Amino acid sequence: MKLPLNLKKKMEPFFYLSPALIVMIILIAVPITMVILFSFFDNVIINKNPTFVGLANYYDVLTDPIFFTALKNTTFFVGISVLAHLILGIMFALLLNSKYIGKKTKALFRIIFILPWLFTEAIIAILWRLLLNPNGIVNYLLQIFNFLGTSIDWLGSIDLALVSVTIINIWSGYPFYMISLLAGLQGIPQELYEASSIDGANAMNQFFYITIPQLKPILLSLITLDLVWTIQQFTLIWMTTGGGPLHASETLSTYIYKQAFSSFQYSKAATTSVIVLLICIVLAIFYAKQQKGEGLK
Amino acid sequence: MLGKRRFLVLLLMSIVIFGISVISLSEEITLEFQQWWEPELPEGVLREICDEFTAKTGINVELISNPYADTKVQIAAGAATGMMPDVVGLDGSWVYDFAKQGAIANLSELMVSSGYDDSQLSLQVQVEGNTYMIAVVNFAYPMYVNKDILKNAGIVEFPTTWSEFKSVAQKVTDPTSNIYAYALPLSSALPNGIQNQFMSWLWASGGKMLEDGKPNLIGNEKLIQGIELMKWLFEEELVTPGTYTMREPDMVEEFVNGRVAFMISSLAHLTLIKEGAPNMDVAITSIPKMDGYTGKSGICVANWGIGIASNSKHKEEAWRFIEYLMSPEVNAKLAVYANGFPGNTASEPDYSKKDKLFVDAYEIYQESYAINEFIGLPRSEDLMRIFLENFVLYLEGEFDSAETMLEEIQKEWLRIFGD
Repeated sequence: MKLPLNLKKKMEPFFYLSPALIVMIILIAVPITMVILFSFFDNVIINKNPTFVGLANYYDVLTDPIFFTALKNTTFFVGISVLAHLILGIMFALLLNSKYIGKKTKALFRIIFILPWLFTEAIIAILWRLLLNPNGIVNYLLQIFNFLGTSIDWLGSIDLALVSVTIINIWSGYPFYMISLLAGLQGIPQELYEASSIDGANAMNQFFYITIPQLKPILLSLITLDLVWTIQQFTLIWMTTGGGPLHASETLSTYIYKQAFSSFQYSKAATTSVIVLLICIVLAIFYAKQQKGEGLK
Repeated sequence: MLGKRRFLVLLLMSIVIFGISVISLSEEITLEFQQWWEPELPEGVLREICDEFTAKTGINVELISNPYADTKVQIAAGAATGMMPDVVGLDGSWVYDFAKQGAIANLSELMVSSGYDDSQLSLQVQVEGNTYMIAVVNFAYPMYVNKDILKNAGIVEFPTTWSEFKSVAQKVTDPTSNIYAYALPLSSALPNGIQNQFMSWLWASGGKMLEDGKPNLIGNEKLIQGIELMKWLFEEELVTPGTYTMREPDMVEEFVNGRVAFMISSLAHLTLIKEGAPNMDVAITSIPKMDGYTGKSGICVANWGIGIASNSKHKEEAWRFIEYLMSPEVNAKLAVYANGFPGNTASEPDYSKKDKLFVDAYEIYQESYAINEFIGLPRSEDLMRIFLENFVLYLEGEFDSAETMLEEIQKEWLRIFGD
């Protein structure tokens, strides 16, 4: 049977896209659909014949106080991490773009500043565990300079665990901003700065009225991507505090992991994953809209 | 008459079909064996054992080796997707959940069908009367002592009772030199510190946390006293700092670095300790008993267990492999290399070339009875985590008594037992 020419023409792009589409369906669409379906059934996987329970799993998760602790901690962890990444990224990018620093010094700084980005998350976790250990170098330095009387258990303290993990995440993530913003800074025409100088603009005016508006598209993309990545952060938290002590550094990712691999509550893990997916979808829509807007400009 | 082209097509098809059938007929069987044992054994030992099996049977064994924690996650993922490797290394605390899930095969049936005599097996983990895991090697958890720290504090005798331990702990602890009496890993990421380093005290004094297979925490006098002992150690600041994020390997590292006088740890760590601190004067002793207890002590054991995946297409071959690993000679060899005790009671491991500390530990093991009440329980890791979190709350002053804490734990444990 021959297809009408019009339909054939319409189908042609899908034919060319089919290899990528098949891979996407197998690796993305199928698992996501399965997880969404799992969230509407009773104890899936463990129970060979799970029954449909509607929104019961959502009710269980949304009435679990540990879920809200994890959500609150995730909000803090993500919010502070993204803000600090942004500030540190801009600061270091400006430093590396400065005309007041020599080429050799710049090269040295670039190597030093980008180092955290080169380590894997497991290495970063081990490194910081050693640094923040009660017998570690951080406590040692604070004690010899008389800032501390006794050692602090930074990662094991209920009050400090979340802050400590957030600091580790900030350290590991700022170079991505720095490199991206440095590329953006180098693309800003020098004429803009020269013209503004003639008009009497000082460094602060130039920063807020030229640099930031010129970097806006990159900044929005970076922030959106960072929000999604940081929400999903697992390895660093698991390997440093394990979400403890007493859920003090529990985030949505560690909560999901414990539900699945410790409690074998796959339905509840799937339900929490769907909630995280919804948050990420909102961010993805924002990102896509922003990209579309920039494209139109 | 066949056309030339049609004839060629038929000929080609025949060759392909013949080729496929020859390949399938001559296909070798390869068993996938996932475990965490290979990284813990001297290099090449497990590979050598598997190669000997291949030489005898023609069945290949592909080793999938990862550290303990990763192995659990990967096996759980395999169980969820029905893609478990044929043979899996198991910890007794995982068995109930995998068996209930139908992810691991009923070994009782395989033993019956192959006519295997299971009387020589030291431990079979059963769920509803059927065996799902066989212990290949058993590891005892005795108490390690840093004798150098004791000597510096003028102590010659090892403590044998809780009150003696308290007295020694106070004498050896020196925070200015970063030396503490005891290390207790209470990381919620891997909550087995409750099993290995906390319950060991209870079991050594003949105590139990279960009665007729159900939680028996409320009013459990020995358990309450054990909790009080730990709380006292914390209040007196005799426990190594960093306890809430400490895992077992961190505890061993603290010991190797000479910062802990006593720790309860697996014999599997003996080589690591000897290599890490070759000049340290280390001893292995029994865990002190509760004052007044004169009965036999229980000693915590962990196992390298083994099971077969339900989804395995080669269950008979997998069972032959398990039989081979459990044969007295092979089992003895594994036990010697692993610093453990054989899962086959008929094995006669040659410990004559072993470290004296190992021989001491073997004597303690023989004088005690092996115990681990978490083996075969539902959601064991969750049970440990619930205990751990409530225990941390108690240490932080959130419960007014150990009894109240145990009431809360019992309530949460019963929910899991009732699921």
